Formats: sequence, structure tokens, C-alpha cells
Amino acid sequence: MDKNKILMKGNIALCEGAIAAGCLAYFGYPITPQNEVPAHMSKRMVELNRVFLQAESELAAVNMVFGASLTGTRAMTSSSSPGISLKQEGISYLAGCELPAVIANVQRGGPGLGNIAGSQSDYFQTTKGGGHGDYRTITLAPFSVQEMYDFTYQAFNLAEKYRNPVMILSDGVVGQMMEPVVIRQDKPQKQKHNRSWVLDGCKNRKPRLIRSLLMAEGALEEFNWKLKKKYDEIRKNEIRVETQDIEDADIILVAFGIAARVAKAAMKQARSEGIKVGYIRPITLWPFPENVIRDAARGKRKFLVAEMNLGQMVEDVRLAVEGKCPVDFLGRPGGGLINQEELLNKIRSLK
Amino acid sequence: MQEEIIIAGFGGQGVLFAGMLLAQAAVEEDKKTTWFPSYGAEMRGGTANSTVIISDDEIGSPVVVHPSTLIALNEPSLKKFSSRMKKGSLIIFNSSLVKEKVEFPGIKTVGIPATEIADRQIGNVKTANLVAVGAYLKQRGILKLGSSKAACEKVLKNKESLIKLNQKALESGYNFDGK
Repeated sequence: MDKNKILMKGNIALCEGAIAAGCLAYFGYPITPQNEVPAHMSKRMVELNRVFLQAESELAAVNMVFGASLTGTRAMTSSSSPGISLKQEGISYLAGCELPAVIANVQRGGPGLGNIAGSQSDYFQTTKGGGHGDYRTITLAPFSVQEMYDFTYQAFNLAEKYRNPVMILSDGVVGQMMEPVVIRQDKPQKQKHNRSWVLDGCKNRKPRLIRSLLMAEGALEEFNWKLKKKYDEIRKNEIRVETQDIEDADIILVAFGIAARVAKAAMKQARSEGIKVGYIRPITLWPFPENVIRDAARGKRKFLVAEMNLGQMVEDVRLAVEGKCPVDFLGRPGGGLINQEELLNKIRSLK
Repeated sequence: MQEEIIIAGFGGQGVLFAGMLLAQAAVEEDKKTTWFPSYGAEMRGGTANSTVIISDDEIGSPVVVHPSTLIALNEPSLKKFSSRMKKGSLIIFNSSLVKEKVEFPGIKTVGIPATEIADRQIGNVKTANLVAVGAYLKQRGILKLGSSKAACEKVLKNKESLIKLNQKALESGYNFDGK
């Protein structure tokens, strides 16, 4: 047995990934199903002589991240859907000030307070803005406890590389489940990105200013064009996607996060019945792997998108397919996990 | 091979812990595993449960509709889950708390007086969960008693007295002769 392999909950793996990445400050506010995150951080961050602070609200927590980030400190916050809604203003300001930050959403059912079961209904919120203004949030969607660890670890580097907020879009199932995780044994990553913007005291240098209020004639337009250039760069470099058996497929399943695990299992079962099914899992939800989907949209193929909502990512799949193939959808709303048998029946009906 | 186990009982009977122990035992044997708890309202008063999947291959959903094994520590959970069991599945039930005759066509049922054994032989009624798990290990033969005992040490870390107690409970369940 690999002694570095440890059985842990997704929420704990998220914490340990952040700690391994050298996150120095965590600010949060309780909400199920992500409560293990602040609980674990309250112990671990203090042990490590780092900052843990339970804020008075979600708004306070995200703005504490903003403050820590201004000083070049690796900082994160986490919450579940209703709490993430409250953080949206802060995320818009982080994007507008080009500040790195990691935000984790362990999604629960909505709208409103909804319920505490795992859900995927915040896809629109995360990938289409959420807060106001013409900005983008880099979004990683883990589908295992190992990926909770790995993606959170990687998120800090991505955030600093592009000076942009990064969202870990997880859900109650991945957050609450336990799986073995291989823990990194190396030292935390050193910050190697440009830090010429950091507010760390202006003794012996010119003062710096970070703000999102750009009132001068044309200043905001110019800034938005600058952001566009950055987002294009991210689109070029950071798209991540998992594919399997697309070459000979008649039906292509597309799913993300926990739904993709069910899709993958359904694909294997369908293959064993002689139905040629392929699988595409967007790992980055923004930037979206539209080229991979566009390239796969040929011949007499059919697409089937499975999500734990009533049709969100399917819109991006349709845009990428550009009408070249039919795109069908199977969704389950309100905090229910996609049922493998139901998905398999849908695949059989498309054959 | 894919084994899907639901362990269910009253909140407080240790169904989450029992599941965690099985998942850790699977890790000890380098198998793939997932553990998923019921969390939320159903933990207060009603039945709690955890789902453990053990497999040689990548695991899809960590939640199953039709499990291959049910470990039922009380009557309400036996009633709740027995109708969902697939053909050829196994039900281990706590006969100390289930007084009805337990018979389902196409399903193997094994009763073990887990609460009585935990109380009288182990001296701690809270270990009934692992007495039932011990019986499961013997009946199914997928995980070894040894790796489950090793799992006790991992899951309970430095609590020496609890490790011994739980290992004893596993052994009692494993060696129980129901005939």
C-alpha cells in the first residue's frame, strides 16, 4: 500500500491542497455542505501559524481575501451556493482590480436557500459572470477527491499567473465523499510571478495604486481591452478537458464534475452492450473546451449532455456544435445525483 | 468486481464510522473505494446511512440505487433498503433489534445479534456496528479481517484502547457461528 495515500473527504482534500500550495490566509463563513472546510482550516491553519478567520458574513470573507491579495498573500475563501451568490460583488471587484484569489463553491441545490444536497446549478453563475461587468472567472471542476486536492493546489498558481480569481466549482457529493488521495511530499510552490503590483509598503519606491474605478475618458474601455487580451491568453493556454473513445463513437456524452463520473460509468456499460459511446469532460468550465467539441461534431453523431440542473452547460455545447449534430439533454434538478441506469436508458433510446 | 455496501441504522449507532472503516480496509488492500454519508436532516432521529463502494476498477457514482450488500443495524433501515437490493445480494441484519422474520426471495440474509454480542462479549454496546461488519467480512470474503484490523489503527489513530476494543468487535462478528 502507498503510504502517501490517505482516505479523506473532498472538503478536507480541498483544504490540504490549499495548504500544500502555500495558502497563507483562509477567510470563511459556515454553510453546509462545505462546513468541513472552515472547520478543518480553523485547526490546520492555526497549527501552521497561518491565518484562519471566521468572518461575520460571506461579504466580509471575500473582501478579506481581497485585502490579503492586495498585499501579495495567497488567500482563499469557500462557501456553498447561496453564500457564493453573496460573494459575487467581491469576485467582480477582484477581477476589476486584477487580483489573484481562490474561491471554492461546494454547490448545493437552489435557487434561494434550496437544500443541502449536491447540485450543479451554479454553472451559469460561475462561467457567465455572476457579478457585474465584463469579466471572466477561471473555473476548474473536480470530479474526485484527488482532483479536489490537485485542482485547489494548482488554482493558486493560475490565479497569480493571470492575476485573476479562480473558482473551484465542486458540489456536495464530491465535498462529502471520501476517497484515497495521494498527498504531495514536495515543498509549497514558490511565487514566481510578476509581483510589481503588490502593495507591500512604498518605502524607497513610488506608491502603487490598485482600483477598479476608472473615470478618465476612455480609461475603462482601454482597461476592458486589456482584460480581453488576458482572457484570450487564458483561452489559448489553459483549456483542460478529458476525452475517451471519441474516434469511433456514434453518441458523445458530455458532462462535468460528479455527473461526469456517472457518465463515464454509463459509457463503459453502453460499450459492453455494443453501443459506441464516447465521452468528453470539460475540466475547465471557463475557458470552455469548445474546439474539442466542435471537432467532434461531425458525421451522423449525436450528442448527449448530462447535468445536475435543467440545462446550463448544454447551451455551451450547442454553441460549440454549431448545429452540425443533434444535442440531447438529460438533467436532474434540486440536488439529485444523475442515475446511471436512467442515463443508460437515454443512451439506448438514442441508438 | 464491484461491491456496493449500504450500512444503515439509527444516528449514533456508528454507521458512518463502520463505512469509513471498510473504505480504509479497501485502501489497505490497494483497492479503489468511495465512501458517501447521509448528511443533514435524516441524521436527527431517523435512520443514518453510509455507502461504501469497493472495486478493482475506476468507480463511477459514489451513490447506488441497488446495492449488493446491506448491513442493517436496526429495523427501520432494513425496511427502508431491503426493497432496493439486487438479486443475489447479501443482507446482514442486527437480530438483537430486528424481531420480525427476515426473508427475501433471491437474497441471502444473515442475522447476527450484534447489540447483544457488543454488550455481553465486548462490554461496549457501541461496538455493535463493527460486530456486524465482522460478520460481513466473513460472509462476503472480499476484504480480509487483517486489513480491517489494520484499518482500525488508521481510522482511530492514537486511541489505543478504542483500537483494541473495535478489533475485538470485528473478530467476534467474524467468528460468530449463526447456525
